Amino acid sequence: MTDLPATEGAAPHVTWRDDVRRLLRSATFDVGAVIVLFWVGCALFGPSLVPYDPFADDLLNSLLPPSSQHWFGTDQLGRDVFSRVIVGARDILMIAPVATLLSTFLGTALGLTMGYFGGLVDEALSRIVDAILALPTVIVALLALTALGTSATTVLVVIAFSFAPVIARTVRAAVLTEVGCDYVAAAELRRENTLYILFVEILPNVLSPILVETTVRLGYAIFTVATLSFIGFGIQPPSPDWGLSISANYGMIGGGFWWTVLFDSMAIASLVVGINLVADGIESTLND
Amino acid sequence: MLRRLLLALLTLWLLSVLIFAGGHLLPGNVGRAMLGPFADPVAVQVLNHEMGTDRPVVVQYADWIAGFLTGDLGQSYAYRSPVAPFLVTALLNSAKLAAVAFVLVVPLGIFGGVVAALYRGRAADRILSVVGLSATVVPEFVSGIVLILIFGVWLRWFPISATWRGDAGPFTQLYHLILPSIPLVLILFGYIARMARAGTINALDADYTRTAILKGLSYPQVIWRHVLRNALLPTISVIATQTVYLIGGLVVIEILFHYQGIGSLIFTAAKKKDFPMLQAGVMAIGALFALTTFLADLLYARLNPRIRFADQK
Repeated sequence: MTDLPATEGAAPHVTWRDDVRRLLRSATFDVGAVIVLFWVGCALFGPSLVPYDPFADDLLNSLLPPSSQHWFGTDQLGRDVFSRVIVGARDILMIAPVATLLSTFLGTALGLTMGYFGGLVDEALSRIVDAILALPTVIVALLALTALGTSATTVLVVIAFSFAPVIARTVRAAVLTEVGCDYVAAAELRRENTLYILFVEILPNVLSPILVETTVRLGYAIFTVATLSFIGFGIQPPSPDWGLSISANYGMIGGGFWWTVLFDSMAIASLVVGINLVADGIESTLND
Repeated sequence: MLRRLLLALLTLWLLSVLIFAGGHLLPGNVGRAMLGPFADPVAVQVLNHEMGTDRPVVVQYADWIAGFLTGDLGQSYAYRSPVAPFLVTALLNSAKLAAVAFVLVVPLGIFGGVVAALYRGRAADRILSVVGLSATVVPEFVSGIVLILIFGVWLRWFPISATWRGDAGPFTQLYHLILPSIPLVLILFGYIARMARAGTINALDADYTRTAILKGLSYPQVIWRHVLRNALLPTISVIATQTVYLIGGLVVIEILFHYQGIGSLIFTAAKKKDFPMLQAGVMAIGALFALTTFLADLLYARLNPRIRFADQK
């Protein structure tokens, strides 16, 4: 390594830095990043910042409208809605990113295999991928969670497995354009190990579509975890999770207790929109 | 086309194996899963025997799939009666809701996409793309809750439940379905607009468009006759693939608005661990997806002369 000209090692670093600089100049990315960082901050430090214990019942003060005491009002058990919304970021921001990372690993491995080997391997795996993609994630999750029982781990695994095929498809398409390149042929001629070719030679060249797909999937993972919690198959009580709180309170919506659902809804909406603005910013920066 | 049909059938078969595995293998002991961990082992055994879930897995699968092909979808564990009638009613109800959503979103999405493409790179394009993206990613129950609050509770323009009285006419039904369809419209709008935009931009940049302009056609005529037709092609296939997401969205919307469709059927079956009902519902969705994808391919080929003539060769 020591006798390499200095520029050769430094060149990719400069373009990478360049990308980041352009990314930070993108207004879409900045707005998205601020929103996401806000919620990550709430998830990390929320419990020590909130004015009330988000789990503490206070039945004498239930269903109070927003006031200077309770900024977002109280729910049917008299719990402070503001504190619950802030701390409610926790569970979803643990499950969704881990599930997304897992699905990225699975999908990347699968996509590399399909794209590199082609032929019968690709054909067989593609059919399985198609079959899984024929069902909406929420339906796959309902089936799997009914069969396996509901828990945070099951939700995580189900999301990881049902998102992996989408990532596999993207990676496969990107790999197909790389397989014909000389560097792959050279590695094959050097009799490199197949795993080495896949993960050390090809993988670095398909990182940008993977990065874009992962950010987009993170948005969908949040979407799915929230949805599953709302229908009772996701995060379980007494968590102050947003989807779960909406599910517990929306029955009383006709009675005008809007504060028990509106703030949680806004929280979910802002988080998914934030993540997708980040994804959009990354995508347009990398594609320019 | 034959190849496509075979592929669709193969996908369906794989799907049936996955769904069967989900309903029969994952729970291990179906009787135990239904009765709970504290039930009497004898009762579990009796229930398993009654339901036939004590037979070898292969026999059960053959039985299940044979029933499916002959229209016998099995007996619901929860209602102790055949699954099929429940499924048909639910599918019809969901079809009504989905139809309202599609009728609203397809023209809107295409219009949005074409406008964005005509103003490419300008403020209108940017706004449409960010609004479309944001609308697409917000979960249906979130937009649904906000819509219920605004139009159902505060303004009282629409009912907050989609269930109507038995003798309700088509207009009353439509009135009840408008609010529930809007979250679905929001989700689909972004996708359709994005495809229509990309298609329009391709068509605008194509040589035939330049020829049309050069030979003296007026701008609206060029857009109408040359650009739109070609821009709509990719939109058809995206509408077909979005059917899956639409059905996924139906689960949530039907729960939120108390509507008896396929989504709430699957949800109720899952809650009650009614595996035959659950499997039949999920299988129906898979079949529907395979069918719409296949039909979209056919339609796409009919409308696109390049494929139509290539197939005949």
